[in-house]
Amino acid sequence: MTTFKTTYNRRSFLKVSAVSSGGLLLGFNWLVSCTTDKQQINPPSEWFNINSYLSIADNGQITIMSPNPEIGQNVKTSFPMVVAEELDADWSSIIVKQAPLNTDWFQRQVAGGSQSLRQGWDGLRMAGATARQMLMMAAAKRWNVDLSTLKTDAGMIINANGDKLSYADVAAEAAKLEAPTEVKLKDPEDYKIIGKSTANVDLDNIITGKPLYGIDTKVEGMQYAAAQGPPAFGQKLKSFDDSAARQVKGVSNVFKIRVPLKEEGRFVDKVVVVASSTWAAFKGKKALKIEWEKESAVESSDFHTQTLKALLNKKPEAPVRNDGNVDARFAEADEVVERVYESPFLPHNCLEPMNFFANVTADKAELSGPVQTPEWTRSRLSESLGMDEKNISIDLTRMGGGFGRRLYGDFAVEAAEISKIAKSPIQLLFTREDDMTAGTYRPAILYKIKAAIKDKKITAYHLAEAAVNSNMYYIIPNNYPAGAISDYRVDNVKYDSNITTGAWRAPYSNFLASAEQAFFDELAEKLGVDVIDLHLQLLEESKKTYVAVKREEDEAMSMVDKKTGTEEEKKQEKEQLQQSFESKRGNYVPDKMIGVIKLVAEKANWKKAGAGVFQGFCVYYSHNTYVAEIADVMMEAGKPVVKKVTVAVDCGIVVNPVAAESMAKGGVVDGVGHAMYGDFAFVDGVPQASNFDKFRLIRTSEAPKVDVHFVKNFDSPTGLGEPTLPPAGGAVANAIYAATGKRLYKQPYAPLLEKVLG
Amino acid sequence: MATFNLSVNGKNMTVDVDSDTPLLWVLRDELNLVGTKYGCGIGQCGACTIHLDGTAVRSCLTPISAAPDKKITTIEGLSAEADHVLQQAWREHDVPQCGYCQAGQIMNAASLLAQNPKPSDAEIEAAMNGNICRCGTYNQIKAAIKTASQHL
Repeated sequence: MTTFKTTYNRRSFLKVSAVSSGGLLLGFNWLVSCTTDKQQINPPSEWFNINSYLSIADNGQITIMSPNPEIGQNVKTSFPMVVAEELDADWSSIIVKQAPLNTDWFQRQVAGGSQSLRQGWDGLRMAGATARQMLMMAAAKRWNVDLSTLKTDAGMIINANGDKLSYADVAAEAAKLEAPTEVKLKDPEDYKIIGKSTANVDLDNIITGKPLYGIDTKVEGMQYAAAQGPPAFGQKLKSFDDSAARQVKGVSNVFKIRVPLKEEGRFVDKVVVVASSTWAAFKGKKALKIEWEKESAVESSDFHTQTLKALLNKKPEAPVRNDGNVDARFAEADEVVERVYESPFLPHNCLEPMNFFANVTADKAELSGPVQTPEWTRSRLSESLGMDEKNISIDLTRMGGGFGRRLYGDFAVEAAEISKIAKSPIQLLFTREDDMTAGTYRPAILYKIKAAIKDKKITAYHLAEAAVNSNMYYIIPNNYPAGAISDYRVDNVKYDSNITTGAWRAPYSNFLASAEQAFFDELAEKLGVDVIDLHLQLLEESKKTYVAVKREEDEAMSMVDKKTGTEEEKKQEKEQLQQSFESKRGNYVPDKMIGVIKLVAEKANWKKAGAGVFQGFCVYYSHNTYVAEIADVMMEAGKPVVKKVTVAVDCGIVVNPVAAESMAKGGVVDGVGHAMYGDFAFVDGVPQASNFDKFRLIRTSEAPKVDVHFVKNFDSPTGLGEPTLPPAGGAVANAIYAATGKRLYKQPYAPLLEKVLG
Repeated sequence: MATFNLSVNGKNMTVDVDSDTPLLWVLRDELNLVGTKYGCGIGQCGACTIHLDGTAVRSCLTPISAAPDKKITTIEGLSAEADHVLQQAWREHDVPQCGYCQAGQIMNAASLLAQNPKPSDAEIEAAMNGNICRCGTYNQIKAAIKTASQHL
């Protein structure tokens, strides 16, 4: 067993008055029970609150709060599984409730960066283990025996004589105890809930159409709102005529609002229609006569491409990573290979369009809806409304997708502003067109990759990124192949546009992986080696770097352990240290990369897949998870068709296998879909697609079969929301090359293939 | 405004709305049946799929004026005990991720199986191609439809 000090954020173990507080805003029941029948036969009469995550009822039911936003990544099921595991509860007695935003009780209520489970892991385990310990302490007192003589099993405490008490029997006494300062955590080999496929706790509600999502919100007296913003980036509102809109039956109010965009200090004026139904609001919005005027540059995609291409040739003063002497290696090379890869802007297209409920009165603001960052959103609301954060509440709904768009709570601020002016509870809903044309898009990015070859070896590697608005996160230059090539440089340049951009599922790596891994495929061909062998050779080099740096790193880490200070301070210092060492090696463990490469090669029958099957390989490490993929392409009617993608994943402990496999498959399908079809252009600031008739999302007939394999180990779990997406595009590009002999340097691939293959 | 008498999930209901109001918004805003989802409003995504006299239609494009003499079935009324063969198969495969498109997927698949209880893979793909799953659960949806089909 692992002993764990609970000093790590003690506040989550503070007693709270009632589990239901903050969750009663809406007119429907959020409770999702895994024990619906039992609940009806023997309803609980009293709940005992053990800590901020957990309450136990006198009838044996256990409520576990799931604090993080659920965007489809399964946290609402997998988080409570972790708590229940350490509590040693019977899963069938668990009721899961979505927690509202509560920064006193919970840490990091964010859905982003594939970090929920990785960063929640310790806190969740401690919540369960602390509660188990308190229940055992209560039982020890009751029996008057030593705590060490007790054990638990599936919600029962058992003493040395074999006598049993249920958690419910001692919950009242346990709730009065102080939380222990140290708890024992289970050995992963003893897990009974973690690692067992567990049904999505919302499954029955989803398949019977129960209200779950933000868009389903109904509150007494609520009105519906729709807002019209500028049709082009670079335009602003000049004037509007609302006479026809006000004639639409059901429309109660029309007014102008100013709402903040994603970027600090940037605002947009919109015209809002408030009505008694969604349809009336949409019709009223359509009836508005609005004049727009130019505010700043109106940009087109051709301009972006030209600008980014020019920037790629500009060497920035300071590289973001610079190992060895790249220039010297290029000067002495036998051959220099240089390629440029292009990617377009992309909208997120969550199937549930942006929406939010708000009821703003003079002294408080009650909000509810789908947002990935409730804490940050509350601070933006506070600023916008001029209201103290303590008077603002945010309830979290299940979300119809996130993909990064719901990291930016602009729609929540917009809803609050509308409610404030309309003096009414309102539900703001973006039409699909609003959603697609007023996005925070993945920025268009170009990569120029250059390699030096000397004596049949890659001796230098230079990656240059030219992006609209923002460059790769600081950790990305340390991704593979960093550490594998001693002379290695990464440069970033950007162009500032007025088009709003932001994080899109697996930011930067969603295209960088395709570009780099297509480049390596080409290098392997030039070197006359199998691409998998090339990567394995490079990773052997990386191992040498890793081992050398790690020795120094481990020493530095042990120095931190010897220091005085809190666990939290030490943890932070270690994280900073780790980052500095990762900039000397890579941010990945080479053996883990090798592990997924070998596993995928075996499972996909690499190079032995049979006649007519053309394979493409890709490996990538992102969001702390290792993924290798092999795409199988076949020619049908003269065109390459992606039939299957085999995936090998190392994400440590797989908490909920059925959901993990689903998430891995979804990431691949999303990655293949956007690499093949995702295109989003601007002409004079106007997005050229505004709905799914023009923006092509992958459909079922185009989705490959995805075959997922997990590396089995007991390492702490890492995330899965993003990591299987980045390698998909590269695997597909390389397989299409194998099938057609055409290298693809620009996404989306499908229109490009139309051109080159006819 | 006009008064319309509807048959929804076996119950007679009366609503007072404009005759151009799509059934989607009648169901969601007037009748509180929010299981039917808005995704695109132009019949491209399938999230709003319901049955009119047992056949799948896109409720975002079907005005209420086209519905009074027809039986409307929504996800809430697909089965009395949430035990339609597709709902059971959806449980078996734990299909949903975000879940938002799933009601539309199930309603579309139910219409397919009603007309063709043993569809081939190609027939499933052809029938389901109008339903977008942004999370990419297509593999699981196909598998669940196959499972459901085996129980028919």
